[in-house]
Amino acid sequence: MADFEPKIVAFVCNWCTYAGADLTGTSRIKYAPNVRIIRFPCTGRIDFMLVMKSFANGADGIIVSGCHPNDCHYTSGNFHARRRWMAFNELAGFVGIDVNRIRFSWVSAAEGAKWAEVVNTFTEEVRNLGPYNNYIDLAKVEHKDAII
Amino acid sequence: MDSVKKKAKELLENQSVNLIIGYGEGSDKSVRTIFISTADEVDQLIYDERCVQNLAFYLMKHEVKHMGKLGIIAPLPVMRTILQIASECQIKEENVVVLGVNPKGELVECNGFKDIESYVAACDLDLPAKEKEIIAKLDAMTVQERWTFWTNELSRCIKCYACRAACPMCYCTRCQVECNNPQWITVEATPMGNLEWHFMRAMHLTGRCVNCGECGRACPLNIPVNLLTYKTVMTVKEQFDVVSGTLANMDSVLSSYKIDDKENFIR
Amino acid sequence: MNIENKLLKQSSLEKLILKLKEEGKQVFAPVKKNDIVDFSEIASLQEMTEDYIVTVQSAKAVAFPKVETLFDFQISKSNVAITEKDTQSLPEVVLLGARPCDAAAFEALNAIFTWDNLNDHFFVQKLKKTTIIGFSCSKADDKCFCTSVNGNPGSTRGSDILLTKIDNGNYLAEIITEKGQDLAAKYADLFEAAPEVDKNKYLADVPVQFELKAILDNISGAFDHPLWVKQSLRCISCGACAYVCPTCACFDIQDINNGSEGHRKRSWDSCGFGLFTIHTSGHNPREVQSQRWRQRVMHKFAYMPERQQVVGCVGCGRCSRSCPADMNLKEHLINLAKEVAK
Repeated sequence: MADFEPKIVAFVCNWCTYAGADLTGTSRIKYAPNVRIIRFPCTGRIDFMLVMKSFANGADGIIVSGCHPNDCHYTSGNFHARRRWMAFNELAGFVGIDVNRIRFSWVSAAEGAKWAEVVNTFTEEVRNLGPYNNYIDLAKVEHKDAII
Repeated sequence: MDSVKKKAKELLENQSVNLIIGYGEGSDKSVRTIFISTADEVDQLIYDERCVQNLAFYLMKHEVKHMGKLGIIAPLPVMRTILQIASECQIKEENVVVLGVNPKGELVECNGFKDIESYVAACDLDLPAKEKEIIAKLDAMTVQERWTFWTNELSRCIKCYACRAACPMCYCTRCQVECNNPQWITVEATPMGNLEWHFMRAMHLTGRCVNCGECGRACPLNIPVNLLTYKTVMTVKEQFDVVSGTLANMDSVLSSYKIDDKENFIR
Repeated sequence: MNIENKLLKQSSLEKLILKLKEEGKQVFAPVKKNDIVDFSEIASLQEMTEDYIVTVQSAKAVAFPKVETLFDFQISKSNVAITEKDTQSLPEVVLLGARPCDAAAFEALNAIFTWDNLNDHFFVQKLKKTTIIGFSCSKADDKCFCTSVNGNPGSTRGSDILLTKIDNGNYLAEIITEKGQDLAAKYADLFEAAPEVDKNKYLADVPVQFELKAILDNISGAFDHPLWVKQSLRCISCGACAYVCPTCACFDIQDINNGSEGHRKRSWDSCGFGLFTIHTSGHNPREVQSQRWRQRVMHKFAYMPERQQVVGCVGCGRCSRSCPADMNLKEHLINLAKEVAK
């Protein structure tokens, strides 16, 4: 799929990963423009429904990234997120959602290079996986108006 | 059942309870929940392999709660539910008398939650064999096969919410489904909307489901929704080493953490 | 209109279905899938099952679908442009295998959707395009009680054509309405001369369980009766009864939009749900289940007879079969008839 440009949505925490992404920019490190970054106060705030709705609205891949454990700006937000994402990942895989299209990472404010690496590697992986047609096709199915 | 009936009679006669929730004969050889308030009604109580409905649901029903101090016939799933809802501060120890019942129908004396905890601790809390087998089969499928299976099943859902109503843990007075700002869950029954609804319900039950199976039984279309919540039970055991409904004072799985929680999915 | 009797052989019914399909009509019939029998679109008679007393869900979705788009809209700076749904060019539908209770239920639904000069054109147009070929009941179970609510296992009420299975797998075909006559005339070669049979010989026996008159006459005065609490104690307010009921017509309306375009949809709702009557202020006049149970029964047996001159229940028993708490409507009505007559 030579001309397929994956749409990647990144849910990141303000204090670590967002700042890290800033550093990537100021360090003039290039990374794939496919990513759309959405800033949250903390990974603990990220609802799993956001991930599902992103896929339903056309995302081909999703990144969730925050502070390393023990470094959370709110002390324990990322610990809660870690548990939530463990549960989510297992259930999503069970239901048949392609969990290879979701990448979780800890990227600190000092890890500008790591952010670029995460985005670039993941974008290539999703490019190889292709568009997430399964999900979009299901989302497009309306209720059938007149049929039982 | 005699030991149970004897205890029930005692409790009603000396007015230690105003109402006992138990199993009775229903229509067409089925079983239904009965509510007895006098000693001579005690003979209506039954217990056999048909008695699978989770009676603990009624402990939180408004009209039942307001009938005074409650007694409840409690086989293992009911006991676990009581411990779990106690853990979530939905019931006080002094407001309910538990008449434990073992698989043979004999009384298990329960003077307070400590006794229930000891009984539960000695029981096999594994998932029922039949469902375990189906989950294993699903786990062995490819991602695409699982997607096809679940989207086929969940597309049939008519969003009647019987699964939610039957679940004793779904007691939120304002469910997420009833929120339209944001509208996470569509009102209409579409294949994607149905998937999101059942997924969300399973996530909200993570660490809380006591695998009583009511959701699957309540579904008018026989959709195996209980497999989703059972999977969360397995995840919670494997990944966090926690089993719900075993202690009356347990931290909620998703709002607590351990510093060394697993994170093998994070690269 | 006089009912005309004809003979429809098994092979002729097969041919009839194929001809209807050729014409481009949608044919719905009971089909068995996952151990459940429900209405589904069929291409030939072979797909239909006869192994059912009633289907799990009712057939009301042909005229009152579980989700229905009412109109689309586009929001611009100065106004909102509304595109109505075209209810004139709807597909022709044949509903095959509806039981007499299912067919009679459409009368009750029609009474609601055309009440008081209101004309719900979505329902009315869809029903106009539907031809109902009913099947009489040769068996019943203990959840059925059609004969207690002015019905019977061979009733022609509501069907356009009613088929009763007689010997050799053939059917006695009763041509009831003008729509039925048109169909029979179009395929006159498939409908043969009436057989000499006693229809009643082939019908199920459904004994009358309670005196309907006792309920209709006395229920309005029973608003404060303690039996409502007693009867509903085991109800878990799941709402399944309203969803499978052929005469329940409550719906919720929502506007769904994505930016500047969207649609208004209606979907099935249930008076059994806890938040069914919640006000914006937060007050809920039917806060507890006993109030909602009372409302359900009174709506069917007091308000509908009063306002629409039709009883809102056809005795199909679907609610009792789907109920996870074994509420059993027939039992409750027997109890009700006794209590209110006192």
